[in-house]
Amino acid sequence: MIRFLTGGAVVSAFAVIGDLFKPKSFAGLFGAAPSVALATLALTIASKGPQYVSTEARSMLLGAIALGVYSLVVMRLLFRAGVRTTIVTLSGVIVWFAAAFGLWFALLRHAT
Amino acid sequence: MMISASTGGLHQTKWYEYAARFLFGGAMTVAAYLIAKHFGPVVGGLFLAFPAIFPATATLINNHEKERKQNQGLDPGCRGRRAAGADAAGTVMGSIGLAVFAIIVWIFIPRAAGWLILPAALAAWMLTAAAVWFVWKRRPWRS
Repeated sequence: MIRFLTGGAVVSAFAVIGDLFKPKSFAGLFGAAPSVALATLALTIASKGPQYVSTEARSMLLGAIALGVYSLVVMRLLFRAGVRTTIVTLSGVIVWFAAAFGLWFALLRHAT
Repeated sequence: MMISASTGGLHQTKWYEYAARFLFGGAMTVAAYLIAKHFGPVVGGLFLAFPAIFPATATLINNHEKERKQNQGLDPGCRGRRAAGADAAGTVMGSIGLAVFAIIVWIFIPRAAGWLILPAALAAWMLTAAAVWFVWKRRPWRS
């Protein structure tokens, strides 16, 4: 419950900050804010210790690269193809999974 | 274009849109914890950069832009999609900052206190993301 409330509050706070800014490309920076990471890591340090958090952060680096690939694909589709925003952003999540787990398989599958 | 901040966008957002983002954010934080618990921190860490609320935010931007044009008596055309596309362009740049955030936490969290490293990593995210945005906006390689 604490994780849910903390995560909801942090994610909402970054989303609201993003809503304040113009142009949209600058506001979009907040779409990649470390909101879930902050809420999760702050609570995990206390329960699992810094080495566990360090391991999570190493994998998060691959997740961040996957987020960059995902948003690049979404951006290009929104600018060039006549597909609805909801469909593009939701189906594009497949790209995130492919990139994140592709990198994980290539670099971290034997890591502990 | 210069950066400006106004509360106009906040008035356009409806209460259930705020509630949806809160629920998505909370659910994703719990999901990231459960995935790490089941599959370990190596797999769980990937989900700390999952685009949890991006689809909801992009759809909101799309709808708000369309509404704004319709209220002005104009044909929205593809303006909603283009606004969401501009937001996605920002997220591409923000993800570079997010990678810097992850690198700082990965390297420094075993060596220093969490209350020091997490705010420092957050500041590094913001500075990196903003710096990339400014460079992209000026595009010095185009002149």
